[in-house]
Parts: sequence; structure tokens; C-alpha cells
Amino acid sequence: MAMLFDSEQQLLADTARDFFAQHAPPAALRKLRDSKDELGYAPELWRQMIDLGWSAIVFPEAHGGLDFGYKGLGAVFEQAGRNLSATPLLGTVALGGSAVMLGGTEAQQAQWLPGIIAGESLFALALDENPRHDPSATVMSAHAGGDGYILDGEKSFVVDGGIADRLVVVARTAGTPGSSDGLSLFVVEAGSPGVRRQRRNMVDSRNMAAIRFDQVAVPAAALLGQAGQGAALLDAVLDRARVCLAAEMLGVAGWLFDTTVAYLKERIQFDVAIGSFQALQHRAALMHVALEMSRSAVLAALTAIDENSPQLPALASLAKAKLSETLELVSNEAVQMHGGIGMTDELDVGLYLKRARVQQQLLGDASFHRDRYASLLGF
Amino acid sequence: MDELQIFRTGVTAWLEANCPPSMRTPPGDGELVMSGSQVEFQSEDQRLWYERMRDKGWFAPGWPLDLGGGGLDAAHVRVLETEMTRLHCRPPQINLGIWMIGPVLLEFGTDEQKQTFLPPTARGKIGWCQGFSEPNAGSDLASLKMSAVQDEAGFVVNGSKIWTSHANHADYMYALVRSDNQAAKQQGISMLLIDMKSPGIEVRPIDLISGKSHFCQVFFDNVRVPAKNLVGALHGGWGVAKRLLQHERTAMSKFAELNMPGPDLVGVVRRACAGSEGRIANAVLRDKVAGLEMEAHVQRLTQQRIVEMAKARQDVFRAAATMKYQMAETEKRSAETMVAALGLQGLGWESEGFSPEELEVTRQWLNAKSLSIAGGSSEIQLNIIAKRVLGLPE
Ligand SMILES: Cc1cc2nc3c(=O)[nH]c(=O)nc-3n(C[C@H](O)[C@H](O)[C@H](O)COP(=O)(O)OP(=O)(O)OC[C@H]3O[C@@H](n4cnc5c(N)ncnc54)[C@H](O)[C@@H]3O)c2cc1C
Repeated sequence: MAMLFDSEQQLLADTARDFFAQHAPPAALRKLRDSKDELGYAPELWRQMIDLGWSAIVFPEAHGGLDFGYKGLGAVFEQAGRNLSATPLLGTVALGGSAVMLGGTEAQQAQWLPGIIAGESLFALALDENPRHDPSATVMSAHAGGDGYILDGEKSFVVDGGIADRLVVVARTAGTPGSSDGLSLFVVEAGSPGVRRQRRNMVDSRNMAAIRFDQVAVPAAALLGQAGQGAALLDAVLDRARVCLAAEMLGVAGWLFDTTVAYLKERIQFDVAIGSFQALQHRAALMHVALEMSRSAVLAALTAIDENSPQLPALASLAKAKLSETLELVSNEAVQMHGGIGMTDELDVGLYLKRARVQQQLLGDASFHRDRYASLLGF
Repeated sequence: MDELQIFRTGVTAWLEANCPPSMRTPPGDGELVMSGSQVEFQSEDQRLWYERMRDKGWFAPGWPLDLGGGGLDAAHVRVLETEMTRLHCRPPQINLGIWMIGPVLLEFGTDEQKQTFLPPTARGKIGWCQGFSEPNAGSDLASLKMSAVQDEAGFVVNGSKIWTSHANHADYMYALVRSDNQAAKQQGISMLLIDMKSPGIEVRPIDLISGKSHFCQVFFDNVRVPAKNLVGALHGGWGVAKRLLQHERTAMSKFAELNMPGPDLVGVVRRACAGSEGRIANAVLRDKVAGLEMEAHVQRLTQQRIVEMAKARQDVFRAAATMKYQMAETEKRSAETMVAALGLQGLGWESEGFSPEELEVTRQWLNAKSLSIAGGSSEIQLNIIAKRVLGLPE
């Protein structure tokens, strides 16, 4: 069974569905937002997720992980998406953890993975310097100095950048902006002298930060992989995270769609349920088509990660692009088909809409990934 | 090696040896062989490929040996199909008898019907057409009116069928007729097998926008059909037809897999707007092509997921109900994009100055319009999803 969940993955999905519905429903996000919570997530929730083993899912057993694969992690992401649950899973596990696992030496893995798994350490990937995702545009520099490197530059949108204690920083040891040659990845202590972090309050109320690195000195042992050869590692990390994010988006879109279809059956106008109007039926059916196609894309991409398939880059771009389009469609239709109430803050639909747009932009929107897909396919 | 693996190896070797190279290229418009008593070949390779597959019993690989088939079970048929797809073998012939009415006769037919119709169909001697649609019964098929009045010898049929593909070459028609005027719409319908040489039948080809005319209107004037040619129960034709249309859906997706007809989107646009290193130079078209390739890709993945779900005995309806719509709309948009990329060069009809590929693109663009009309229009597909998958009210 290549694309379907096996019984253990299904069990994990079921557990996650109940867990997030009970412990981190949209009301929990609302609370974080309304109390202007600085962290943008609930540490108790993360602690419970750690206890369930969810920070360990993809990591090797040698470092305390479960070696259960990204498809399992994807199942958790989807359910987190359905409930709009704010967790450090993307920054710490899908981005930071993947970077350490894929790029770290045995010693580096032993140094950082156990802390991630045990919930003692939070990670973030400091990559984008512009509002639109573009890894090769990296300007931030790293040059040899001290007993390692000196980092200098600015990252403008770092997911979980404000809560992470370690940052995987992408900087240029060679090459010019616009080229992916010369990129290097470093693990930087967030408390290092010269690191200044500023919270960015986004529409989705999740944690986002701008980070300034002012002549930040890191030891040689902070380098992940080969200096100047980071592009391939970065791609591998990003693709894993893009697919996890797409799985989360599938959950967001699934909730919006189910909620909207339920409303179509319940809301009466002209003495009938509005869902009896063919104009709306067809639009609902189109969303269903898009969602089924989206699910296939996500499952195929998750499978490709676990099977180490050479198709992964194309499938990751496919999943991220398709989900970005589907989510834009479904979130807009959800607002429209709810009528006036769809414009209110009281209805959760608005929270999902806002999260949807941030997800669409993160790690590349549909047009970024169509371009990348075309290049990968040679046209 | 397990038995299936050995079979696969044998199949591959046989196909490599027996499928001529020219039959391993995508067929152009009208380049597939319609089997039947009036079969025609456009090349020697076509004839060879046809005869070799026929003699293997592989026109109908899944039918029993004694009924002219290949005697393979579903797993072996699947192996044959995947190997054919992998090696780009064209289907050796097209016949609604094998994909549609054949499986229905296997399920509902009398022994006599099976013996009479299946072996010659499996050998390509009987070509079939489907007489469902009428001038006033299209999407609302159950409102069909062609009448069949019973007498001692069988039925007397009067009325007309329209949009009947290949009626002008077919030997037999499986037709839905109104056998009871009094009953509710769906309850008064029967399915008959009608010999196209019967007195009283007139076939008139209809020109299509693509310039072809495999499409016909068929008129029936007191046409006699023997009682033994009734399929299933009298007035039970609607149930039989529903079963048959399920085979149509399987057939269409299989066909799409086996066939991959016509010019390919990336190739055509790339040649029209060549950039460096195989890139499409026009950024807007390149973005559009990428989007369409992605739609085709998610559709293939969904097809694969449906197969896996079926194997795991999960309900596939939610997913399967999306395929016809997705396929038709993506194909149509791809055809539009190819025409647009070629500019006026993609809108030639016939004359010097247009390459065969360009003329093919034009024909495919016109033909593709039917994908969202025939076999349940796109709007009907959306109705089915809205009502039967999503449960939205009437
Ligand atoms: C290439 C091709 C081959 C064909 N081959 C055969 C064949 O071999 N044998 C055969 O029997 N038939 C054949 N057909 C006929 C085909 O099945 C019918 O064309 C089809 O069922 C639609 O019927 P119609 O043409 O009468 O259109 P109509 O049913 O009149 O539809 C007209 C328009 O109204 C829309 N519409 C209809 N009902 C609804 C509704 N409830 N809600 C929303 N919109 C609706 C349709 O989607 C369409 O856009 C073929 C058609 C084509 C194009």
C-alpha cells in the first residue's frame, strides 16, 4: 500500500484527531490571540505532544527517535491543521529537526536531536529575507573568523523565530545572491551576542519573527554539512517541511469544506436549504474535486519522503502548489457561502482564512512551485 | 520469482517481439482500429498487431477461454495492461463490445447469448455501437422514447437514436428501448441487441466540428428484434444500463491510460516558444503549462490511490466520482493551451503550410470538447458529487 495509511499510521491519525480537538481547538488559538500571548503557542500542549512521542516520529532510533516516517508526521500535521492548533512542530521538527538529521554529523545529531525529541529545545529555520520565499536570493553572509564563522545579515520572516532557542541559519559563504551556489547552514544559539529578534504579529496569530544577526560568531562545529554546498541539503529540508505544511493545509481546507457543506444543508433562504441551489452545489462539488486531488498529492509526497524517492522535489512542489490553490479556493468559498456571518470574527472561518494565506506564502506559494516544478521537469 | 512475475517477464518478451515499433507510438486522430466485420487497416503493422493480439485471445484477456477470451484473472490482466502501457503499445483495436456490453452479457446474458455473441466479439468479428441517447433524451436518459412493442416473435422497434458513435460500421447495437409506456420512467425500459442489417434501419452520419463523422443518427422503422435478444429482464433495462455505465467509467480510465492519445502539451508549447535548454520562453504560457501538468499529475496520483483503495476494500466512490470531471476539464484546457501557443498556426484547417502535428493539435482541440459532454456531462458529474457524495438536498 504505497499511498494509503497503514493501520499504525491510521491509529496515529485517529489519536491526533481526538487530541487536537480536545486540547487545541480553534478556541485555544483565539485565547492566545486575545491575550496577546508572546509565545503564540501553549507550552503545556507541546509537553503533551512530546509525551505522546510526536516530536520523535521521524528521527532515528539511535538518537531516541521512533523512526516512524514522515507519513506518520503528516497525519499529525493534518489533524493539527483541522483544529488550527498552534504548535512548534513545523519549526522544530519539520524544519530544524530535519536539517540536523539530514545535514548533521553523528556528533551534531547526538548533540541536538535528543533535546528536540525531549522537548527541551525549540528550533527555527532562519532563511527568508524577503516577503516572498526565495532561498537563492539569500544575501546574509558568513565568513571565516574567530574559531569558526562570523554571520552578518537580516532574516525578515522566521516561523517560530521568537520562541526557538536554536536557529538553523542559511547564509552565504560564497557566490552571489540569485545563485544557490555558496549557501551554508549553521546552527546558532538564539541567545548569542549580536542576535536581535523582533516579533512580527501576523494575521494568523502564530509566532513569527524578524531576526538581525550583527557580527555573530559561531564555532566551526556549528556548520551543518559542507560549507558552500548547502543548497542540496536546504532543498531536502525544505521539501520535507513543504510536504508537512501541505498536510497541515489539507487539514485546514478539510475543516473549511466540511463546515461549509454543513452550513449549506442547514441555512434556509427562500424556504429551502441554500444547498439545494445548483449554483452552490456545483461550487461545492468543485471544491470536493480539488480536495480529493489535493489528498492524493499530499499522500504521494509523504510516501516519496519515506521511500527516499528521486521524485520528491517534484512531488513536494506539486503538493505545495496544489494545496495553495485548493486552500485559496476553499477558504474564499467558505466565507462567501456563509454570507454576512462569514465576515464576523465570531465565526471560526475567519481564523482559518487567515491561517490559510500565511500557509500559502510559507516555503513558496503556488506560482513559486509551478516555476520550480517546470524547471524540475525540464521546461 | 512468483508466478505473476514469471508471467510479467513472458508478457514483456512477447510484446517486445510482437508489437511493431510503429504501434508503440501515440496514435493520431482516427488511427485506432475499430474492430468488426468491416474492419479496415491503415497499415500492415496495424493489421499484424491486430491479428497477433487477437490470436492470443488478448482483445478480451479477462474473458473465459471457451468464450474467446484470454482466460486471465484480474491480477494477470492488470499485468498485461501495465506492461502495454509501459511499452507504449497501442490498444490493438477498439470495440464497445469488449469493454461495455461484453462484461454485461457475462453477468446478465443467457447461455445462448454468451455463445452467440461473445466469441465473435472477442475475435473482432462483431463490432458494436451503443444506442442510448435520443433527440429528446440526453442527460435525462430515462426519458427515452424509442418504442419496442412485443408480439409472438419478439419486438417491433420504432423511433430514433442519435449521437451513436460508429453506427455506420457497427454490426450490432445494444439499445435501450421503451417496452412499457405506462410504468414510471425508469421501470418501462428494456435492453435489446439489434442486428444493424435488420430491414427498417437507416443510418445517417452527422458531421462533427472536427470534420469527422463517426457520429450517426439511426432511424428504426418497424424493425423486428427476436425475443432471445432481450438482455436481462423485460422492463429491467435500466438496471442493466447502470451496470454497463460502470464499465464505461472503468473503460474510459483504462483507455486514457493505454492510449495517451495525441500531441503532448509540454512538447507542443516548447516547440512553439523555444527558450534555452528546453525551457518554454514565454513565462505566462510556461506557468500555464506547469499548472496543467500538475493537474494531470494529481489526477494520475488519484487514479493510483483509487486502485490502492479498491485493493484495500475501501469505499472508492468519494474519490472516483471526481475523475471524469477532472480528466475532461484538464484535457480541454490543455488542448486550448496548445492551440493558443501555436497562434494562428494552430488554427489551420487543411492546406500547405500546416504541419501534421499542427493539424492534429487543431483536431484534438475540437474533439476534446466532447469529453465534458459524452458519457455524462461535466455538469452531471458535479450533480452526482453534490447529491451522492456531499448529500446536498434536491
Ligand atoms: C463524442 C460523443 C460520442 C457519443 N457517443 C454516443 C454513443 O455512442 N451512444 C449514445 O447513446 N450516445 C452517445 N453520445 C451522446 C451523449 O451521451 C450525450 O450527448 C450526453 O448524454 C448529453 O446529452 P445531450 O447531448 O442531449 O445534452 P443535454 O442533456 O441536452 O445537455 C445540454 C446541456 O445541459 C446540461 N444539463 C443537462 N441536464 C442538466 C442538469 N440536470 N443540471 C445541469 N446541467 C444540465 C448539460 O450538461 C449540457 O451542458 C455521444 C456524445 C458525444 C459528444
